[in-house]
Amino acid sequence: MNKFIVDVRNQVCPVPLVEVRKALRKAKEGDEIEVIGTHENSKKEIPMAVEAAGKKVKEITEEGKQWKIIIKC
Amino acid sequence: MENNNKVLKEKATIIVHSGDFDKLYSALIIGNGALSMGMEATIFFTFWGLLRLKKGGLTKGGLSKMNLFGLGKLLINFLMKRKNVAPLEKLISDFKELGGKILACEMTMGIMGIKKKDLRQDLVDDYVGVGTYIQEAKESKITLFI
Repeated sequence: MNKFIVDVRNQVCPVPLVEVRKALRKAKEGDEIEVIGTHENSKKEIPMAVEAAGKKVKEITEEGKQWKIIIKC
Repeated sequence: MENNNKVLKEKATIIVHSGDFDKLYSALIIGNGALSMGMEATIFFTFWGLLRLKKGGLTKGGLSKMNLFGLGKLLINFLMKRKNVAPLEKLISDFKELGGKILACEMTMGIMGIKKKDLRQDLVDDYVGVGTYIQEAKESKITLFI
């Protein structure tokens, strides 16, 4: 299993979505993608993009303005 | 691996008729959004939009409103930098990287005196006519004219 880190802190629309999509295209089944960001809307939209790609969000955590989304491929 | 057959079936087709800086932003953001949400995306450049595909032309457009002889654009550029908005060059290269297709309208290239060698070959996938656009658009869930 490979782990991909997507750091999109301080990035705004559409960059967090785009970077997640790039990682989803690279990841193989069983890999994990960890996305760290601060853009509020992306926190809601990334799970939609993950679902559209047929993958699962494992965990969403928040700490102040920063959020972390873990995707299981 | 994701099921590409199922996931990439839906399509967005965008016509970029305007050469305005802000409108090109909208087109590329929507195009990237569509790709990111698992759709296919095609952007069809025609008329003034073609100027943005010329070598060195990507960021040369004025604002569609309140351009103020370029002053408005300077202000927008400043605000965009401050808000960390991605530059057009990143958006268009992301669009290509995620599998987006860029088509240039051959007929309007003739009108505008633009030759293939004037356009960025790294961006343009093909030089086509309206039939190709209709073929793509009729399979699309999203079609926009910008």
